[in-house]
Amino acid sequence: MATGRDDFVIAFRSAFLKKKDKQKFSLLTLIFLSILVIILSSFNFKIIKIIKMGINEVVYRSSFFISIPENKIKKINTQIKEHIKIYDNYKIIETELDNLKQKELSINFLKLENNKLRKLINESIKSDEILAKVLVDKESPFLKSIVVNKGTKDKIKIGMAVTDRAYLVGKVIEVNYTNSRVLLLSDLNSKIPALLEPIGMQAVISGTGKDYAKVQYTKEEYENEIKTKEIIVYTSGLGGLFKPGLPIGKISTDNIKKVDFFSDFKQLEYVKIISFNTKGKS
Amino acid sequence: MSSLNKISFSTTFFSYFPIVILFISVFNEIDFNYLKIQYFSFNFVHILIFFWTLKNPNHLGYISIFVAGIINDVIVGLPIGISSFCYLLICSVTAYIRNITLSPNFINDWLSFLFTVLLINSIKVIILDLIFLIEINYTSYLVNTGFTFIFYPLFFFIFNYVNKKIIVKLND
Repeated sequence: MATGRDDFVIAFRSAFLKKKDKQKFSLLTLIFLSILVIILSSFNFKIIKIIKMGINEVVYRSSFFISIPENKIKKINTQIKEHIKIYDNYKIIETELDNLKQKELSINFLKLENNKLRKLINESIKSDEILAKVLVDKESPFLKSIVVNKGTKDKIKIGMAVTDRAYLVGKVIEVNYTNSRVLLLSDLNSKIPALLEPIGMQAVISGTGKDYAKVQYTKEEYENEIKTKEIIVYTSGLGGLFKPGLPIGKISTDNIKKVDFFSDFKQLEYVKIISFNTKGKS
Repeated sequence: MSSLNKISFSTTFFSYFPIVILFISVFNEIDFNYLKIQYFSFNFVHILIFFWTLKNPNHLGYISIFVAGIINDVIVGLPIGISSFCYLLICSVTAYIRNITLSPNFINDWLSFLFTVLLINSIKVIILDLIFLIEINYTSYLVNTGFTFIFYPLFFFIFNYVNKKIIVKLND
């Protein structure tokens, strides 16, 4: 019994403490070092922030260059698929364009009316857009985020909304000097206050870790109202984080708790980072 | 002369193969997510580290593994240090297995790998969920563990082939 225990202790000590010929540090030293790094990274001291930013800068840039061949292959793959479907898509787009032209007329009228009403209550929303290139878009099955090439240098701040064309795709959660990390709406940790139109109901849109989001915290009667209408999800602007009225997606026809995003998060190349401020009577 | 150079180049190439593949895979997050198969993902880095630290630790240093972990955390967006810690835990298990095993066999290695991946994924989930309060999908982790376990034999044979080449080249 004692011999068995001794064998275990010897094997354990040898595994953790002995250095192999080409190893400069023992395993135990490095394990302690990684625990120290985990503890330090959870603190918000200035020096740690600077080191973290430095590491992020170097790793993001390196990853961008190393991923160039992989991204090229992905792009070619997408292009081939698009070419195969080109005729079918053309027919669909032609019909959609016709419908959109009709809708544009009524939208222009509504915009003018909206501006007039805002003037009446002395309220205005001013927003600035910064165009950013996606550097890293490694979609892990656990965390959904992208890295863009704008940072504190370009006055990017944590919490800013990020859009793909007009559609909301996420918010800035980490800012470095020349780049920032954007948490996508599909991430499990993403929660966005939203407005369901045309029924005018407030809700929270939560990420699921998959290609869609789910609707949470709505009234009970919501289900009855939604069944008969096509529901579009917009940002509500509650909490003051996002500009109100940014389109997010639409409620799926097969599941009324599911939101299909307008934007395809796997195809993001350029995004817009939006800052805004609302002025008006309080 | 040219023949000598050729040998030297291939020896160097094979010697650095594990490290180069390790860094390429952490920078590129190789898990075949772009195939868009629901729930499909596996952790190539876990397989790589387990195999090489078990079979030929001289070609995959602990420092490189530590740095690769830091890079992985930055790329994926996890709190820095978690992946390094998990990767080094794999190294601890393999170092222990190496010390207690007299005659290695594939099935034992494969089952040890399952135990190791379950252990480190559990630790990772506990750290992320309970300490950093990051919401995570348990199913994804479980499925990832399953696929990583299933894919081990495939990569075992590939890496084993490379490992034999390295040993032969170094003994030449």
